[in-house]
Amino acid sequence: MSDTRVVIAKQAARLLVNGDYVNLGIGIPTLITNHLPPGVEITLHTENGMLGYGPYPHEGEQDADLINAGKETITELPGCSYFGTEQSFAMVRGGHVDVTVLGAMEVSADGDLANWMIPGKKVKGMGGAMDMVAGAKKVIVAMEHATKDGKPKILPKCVLPLTGKGVVSAIVTELATFILDKGALTLTAMHPDTTVEAVRKVTGVDFKVAKDLASYER
Amino acid sequence: MNKSINSAAEAVERIKDGATIMMGGFGVCGIPENLVAALYAQGTKDLTLISNNAGLDDFGIGTLLKKGQVRKMILSYGGECKVFEDMTLDKRLEVEWTPQGTLAERIRAAGAGIGGFFTPTGYGTLVAEGKETRRIDGRWMVFEGPLHADFAFVKAWKGDVLGNLEYRKTARNINQVMATAAKFVIAEVEQLVDIGGLHPDHIHTPGIYVDTVLRGAKYVKPIEKLTVRKAAAHV
Repeated sequence: MSDTRVVIAKQAARLLVNGDYVNLGIGIPTLITNHLPPGVEITLHTENGMLGYGPYPHEGEQDADLINAGKETITELPGCSYFGTEQSFAMVRGGHVDVTVLGAMEVSADGDLANWMIPGKKVKGMGGAMDMVAGAKKVIVAMEHATKDGKPKILPKCVLPLTGKGVVSAIVTELATFILDKGALTLTAMHPDTTVEAVRKVTGVDFKVAKDLASYER
Repeated sequence: MNKSINSAAEAVERIKDGATIMMGGFGVCGIPENLVAALYAQGTKDLTLISNNAGLDDFGIGTLLKKGQVRKMILSYGGECKVFEDMTLDKRLEVEWTPQGTLAERIRAAGAGIGGFFTPTGYGTLVAEGKETRRIDGRWMVFEGPLHADFAFVKAWKGDVLGNLEYRKTARNINQVMATAAKFVIAEVEQLVDIGGLHPDHIHTPGIYVDTVLRGAKYVKPIEKLTVRKAAAHV
């Protein structure tokens, strides 16, 4: 299989709709802008206070006053705008941001999401993640299907402290894409190199298979 | 009234041990670096800091943590600051985790005279524990109270001696709302302009909120993650 992170980003990009206002989390989600399907134009929101940011600057053109929520240097696209944190999150909670794509440590069938804390170990904080998942119209989790030692990350119940309860609308992994609805998962797309049985082995909950199950592009 | 002051040291003189201080910035973008350095030099301790982040180990709030000046932090994200993470795990620092949007809105509420609000953010998570919840318009929400401070350190790009401020790009972040919510607001600016030097339509923080304005003597403005395109690449 080709680079797992790229496979995930490509599939997540297919869930975006032309005209969407999108907030991308740190890591895999940032790769999505390189893989947008033809005809899909999106506007990027960054929660520190900007809409319409562009790619990384050319060497020497970086500006310390212009960063994204991952603290990376970025650029302006024509038509971009700046605002304060209070307005940035008002637009998130107010349901004006169409989609957020973010990583996860655990997801439950009920759409619970855990991605901010490992008690006694990781104490970085939730940043804007709790607001994003509570407010964005659609919450897409883009993550590797299993942990490094092969344990499922999609579980009946999250064990780690939650970021949000009942918030996830879709999960995209290198193996499979699921839509979540009323506590049930439906497999809607799958990598051609895997099988439904193989996906079941690394998924901690039961799922339905869509009649029109799609295949990932190679 | 001319609100300008000559030095950062003079600006922080009135801050005593035990004070609660808001500090603007996102990561180290748009942080009041001259005021933080002056507070470090003054050695004021037992502080409660309200900030989005904890700075870096050797810059901004991280330096105050390392020197043992901080008792408590109210923040949303402390990654990138090892000192913060170590002190939190060892329980040498009291931490009140607040989601970033809730943090900004609690500050906004304080500055706008609002007694709190119900938000869907954090419902069913650790941050909702012990707080009133209510179902509003079909959604469960959590009550969050206003967040006040004794002082706010705010960083702007330009300011005038009346305290009017204009921010630049994403360095605005939480500075703008913090300028409304403290008993005493100290703004530091890169350029101090004459009265009339700011276009009235471009003023983000009207001078009514600001008590003192300082032209920062020096700006380092570090970049946490320098990400660039090579000239020929197509990112």
